[in-house]
Amino acid sequence: MVDTDFTYIKTIVQERSAIQLSPEKKYLVVSRLAPLVRQEGVADLAALVQRLRQRPHTPLHAQVVDAMTTNETSFFRDHHPFQTLRTHIIPALIARNRRTRRLSIWSNACSSGQEAYSTAILLREHFPELKTWTIRILATDISPSMLERCAEGRYSQLEVNRGMPIQLLLKYFDKQGTAWQVKPELRRMVEVRPLNLIERWPVLPKMDLIFLRNVLIYFDRPTKERILQRMEDVLHPEGVLMLGGAETILNMKTAFEHHREGRTLYYRRMNGRTA
Amino acid sequence: MRALVIDDSRAMRNIITSMLKDLGFEVHEAAHGSEGLNQLATYGAYDIALVDWNMPVMNGLEFIQAVRENPVYEGMRIMMVTTETEVAQIMKALQAGADEYVMKPFTKGTIAEKIELLGIVAA
Repeated sequence: MVDTDFTYIKTIVQERSAIQLSPEKKYLVVSRLAPLVRQEGVADLAALVQRLRQRPHTPLHAQVVDAMTTNETSFFRDHHPFQTLRTHIIPALIARNRRTRRLSIWSNACSSGQEAYSTAILLREHFPELKTWTIRILATDISPSMLERCAEGRYSQLEVNRGMPIQLLLKYFDKQGTAWQVKPELRRMVEVRPLNLIERWPVLPKMDLIFLRNVLIYFDRPTKERILQRMEDVLHPEGVLMLGGAETILNMKTAFEHHREGRTLYYRRMNGRTA
Repeated sequence: MRALVIDDSRAMRNIITSMLKDLGFEVHEAAHGSEGLNQLATYGAYDIALVDWNMPVMNGLEFIQAVRENPVYEGMRIMMVTTETEVAQIMKALQAGADEYVMKPFTKGTIAEKIELLGIVAA
């Protein structure tokens, strides 16, 4: 990528998102914009930039900015699934597990841990009765560096800006220089482990709630079905599976069926197949 | 939905305004707190005001205090958008009456998510 093209992309991203792309982020521009090169049917990145230069404000400009910024995950991602957890799913799980006083939750492809910690914060903030329960939030990922980040629970300002209400940031994080670290009490609720979804899984406890959001999109259909089948085995018969907002298991060989609560779709095992 | 953007940097106002317009807001701008108060007097309460902290004439904290003292603007949401990141400063803004707080730099997603957190749904 030539410098003038990089500068052009850098400028539109900066103007529209306030994000600074340093020269060492060139590789990121190349990889993130590759899908747009394909989508536009142009020869290469240079041709894409040439198209952008022709007119100053087009939908393509917006797509470039989105491609450069939206890969960051956020706390309480999509917001409404966490609302539904608070109002419906968690209260039902608490009612069911009242005798065992245990709750097992699994955050798949946990990346830097925002989903796991959002869940921990949600439980602490809205369900004080769980303080005396055994809560286990398992966070797994294939990437060792991500697991390290997840265990550390330390986030940049840019990251904590994403989805974390300011009152909760002050309550559940400690500021360390320019970073914010999840308080030890919450970090103790999250257990971090390596796991590759398409390889052997370790022995796992029955899960009450499984997050598998925006993960299946990376696999072909037979692999998706295999993963879902294994999820059936790990999920408690009355447990809940959460997929990403744009994901569907329609026409797939699986025992999961969808339920809707407001804007949120979630999945349970079909009646006939429950243990 | 109507939003007021108060920031002394024209570049920053442009960025925030463009993000809000993409979210469906009608946006007005002001270059400091006092100008923001004039906008309020002229156009009435907005659904949300996004306010920088450090500005000439009247800073963001003083603007928030002035708005919160006036019952006419009750219910107007205020989001501070600033480079101030110390816990003590954030607490000060919240005590003055800010509903949310965004630390610069930020992305379009940040503004959209925080607006959703405040229960303001753009058109």
